[in-house]
Amino acid sequence: MVEPAVDLTHGHAHDDHADHGPQGWLKYLWSTDHKVIAMQYLFTGIFMALIGGFMAYVFRMQLAFPGMPVPGFGIVSPGEYNALVTNHGTIMIFWVAMPVLLAAFGNFLIPLMVGADDMVFPKINRLSFQVFFVSTIVILASLVVEGGGFAGAWTAYPPLSADSTYNLTPLGSTLWVIGVGLEFVAFLLGGINFITTLMNSRAPGMRAFDVPIVVWMIVVASILFMLSVGPLLAGAIMLIFDQTIGTGFYNPATGGDPILWQHLFWFFGHPEVYVVLLPAMGVVIEIITTFARKKLFAYRTVIFTIVATGVLSFFVWAHHQFIAGIDPRMANIFTVTTLLISVPIAELCFIYIATLYGGSITLSTPMLWALAFVAEFLIGGVTGIFLGAAGADIYFHDTYFVLAHFHYTFFPIAIIGTFAALTYWFPKMFGKLLDERLGKWHFWLTIIPFNMIFIPLFVLGMGGQHRRIYNYTHFPELAGDGFQSMRIIATLSLLVMLGAQFIFLYNCIKTARSKKKAPRNPWKANSLEWTTESPPPHGNWHPDRMPVVYRGPYEYSVPGREDDYWPQNEPK
Amino acid sequence: MRPIATTRAATGTETGKLAVWWVLASEVVIFGGLLASYVMFRLGHPEWADAAAVTNTYIGAFNTWVLLSSSLTAVLAHQAAERGDGKRAARFLYMTIFGAAVFLGVKTYEWWYEISHGYTITSNGFWAFYYTAAGLHAFHVIAGAVIMAFVARDAARGRELHRVELIGIYWHFVDIVWIFLFPLLYIAK
Repeated sequence: MVEPAVDLTHGHAHDDHADHGPQGWLKYLWSTDHKVIAMQYLFTGIFMALIGGFMAYVFRMQLAFPGMPVPGFGIVSPGEYNALVTNHGTIMIFWVAMPVLLAAFGNFLIPLMVGADDMVFPKINRLSFQVFFVSTIVILASLVVEGGGFAGAWTAYPPLSADSTYNLTPLGSTLWVIGVGLEFVAFLLGGINFITTLMNSRAPGMRAFDVPIVVWMIVVASILFMLSVGPLLAGAIMLIFDQTIGTGFYNPATGGDPILWQHLFWFFGHPEVYVVLLPAMGVVIEIITTFARKKLFAYRTVIFTIVATGVLSFFVWAHHQFIAGIDPRMANIFTVTTLLISVPIAELCFIYIATLYGGSITLSTPMLWALAFVAEFLIGGVTGIFLGAAGADIYFHDTYFVLAHFHYTFFPIAIIGTFAALTYWFPKMFGKLLDERLGKWHFWLTIIPFNMIFIPLFVLGMGGQHRRIYNYTHFPELAGDGFQSMRIIATLSLLVMLGAQFIFLYNCIKTARSKKKAPRNPWKANSLEWTTESPPPHGNWHPDRMPVVYRGPYEYSVPGREDDYWPQNEPK
Repeated sequence: MRPIATTRAATGTETGKLAVWWVLASEVVIFGGLLASYVMFRLGHPEWADAAAVTNTYIGAFNTWVLLSSSLTAVLAHQAAERGDGKRAARFLYMTIFGAAVFLGVKTYEWWYEISHGYTITSNGFWAFYYTAAGLHAFHVIAGAVIMAFVARDAARGRELHRVELIGIYWHFVDIVWIFLFPLLYIAK
């Protein structure tokens, strides 16, 4: 299981760096260059996305055609089904969304966009990836140990997660907690680097409000992560002790309380949504301004808005626990804060629209992904209003409505946002331009099936279909009313969507083989990463010609200028 | 060779110091989460006071004194490093490490005594928190002492003197965590 990730990081490396240091694949494992580390995160993340996607394929097939052998997997047992849904969630959030959006793009973009030659602590950066890599091995190992992978849902509520006489996975559940804990440590190390790099190593002349929004977003996300993950780390230690040495932190019989875990988990879990959301929203801002050739509407408001979002995100966690027996008066308070947090996020959506308004829009592939992000995330956000209100949530809790809701937030973040970023910065990362026609096929064949997967699931959820059930045909009230046909539509759409990813893969291979090199600044964008070669050399710029900044990153279509863009480093 | 990025200081604060403060911010919430959980549980379980009565406040107080004194030597090391006297800084750092060793030795005796009298981590909720919180803190003491040994070795040769202050900041944090642990686990009977 380990080898492929190594091979992937190795495989990319040819087109990136061929200069100095130890040769062979060791060079890439021990590189301190932020771009190489970004690639390591990116390819590990993509590899894990394939595993997470395969899991989704297996359990969706089981739901659509219960009891039939799934091609490539075989008959799914109830225990395996639970392990698949658990690890699909865990992997997609902690090993796909975070490493790709936060770590890969954070590592690649922050030094380039602030005009530095590397992160401030390159060795800690390398350590961050190495810890992450170990965590990847641990989580993959947890799937194949005796007893199978952890099957107590990605939220790992005790007592199910704490006691192996209930979950039947003594090794898998402990490895799961250790893997997640190591992953947190990796991102703490990386986050400290991100924050200090932005704070201290900006190019001469770059003031706080000259920094591209995506960098701000990634750094605010890192701060949110850092301030929210601590209690869960402590909680994870307690959970491991409960699992292995028999303490009773979550066991009422010895004076513990299982609800404690829910508080610790969601105190992290809700800010975590914004940890992955903010980088995706930042990516969208970069793309929208570039392809609308327009100045970002209200730069400073965006900054204040994300800070407000970040602060509010610490006061909404109990909306995950409305049916966990919390005091109804407390539920009221959390309903109010949850509905409040939709205000800053809606504000960002209006800022997107205001930026697009009156622009000269080019519908390139990255722009399509960016616009799709706004549209699809809006659906996720609006359905969140229902779930944030305790009254409606008590009915919807743990149904497919919730599931469809958070896939309408996480899919735009982790998949649409990633493809937006990947297609936009691909020329900078790999020095080649992707094929636009194939890119658009890939886009439409991902977006349409995505909606066809999850809109039926909203309907199923409103019909009362609960999550995490192995075979719905066992329940007469969930078998009729065309429910099963909706499950089949969702599964078939998933197959189309997974198949469409091969178009992207083919596009990448085709592009990698073509001789045509990308220019430095193919999109005529302003920020600093476009002023160096594609791909940037070690150190990003010549040490004597490090960029100096004269203005903000969104000076597009400035009246009186011949060009419709104005790079940040041009004096006049 | 250090990247240009590391040598810049747009905020005016040295990057290393900035990073240490962010590390501490992340540590504060780790211990904060653990201790907040403990306090909530303790308020709901008045009977835990019986278990807390077993802990030895005098030994805990002695360890508090040891740790506070080791922070004093860490400050003296910083003062020496500021003057550029690496040898003297290293000497004070070694004294701090000695303080850490005494602290851990006393801790080992305490735990040995309690465990041999049947108060183990699985005994009840209080003991679970007692060993987990103090254990996590002890882990930080060990990690700090190890890093300090490297800093002291460099300082003795007159290298990387600015790191004396950085490890000192971290050491004060370890100290402050104990200042919270001591009343919560020992004094509150």
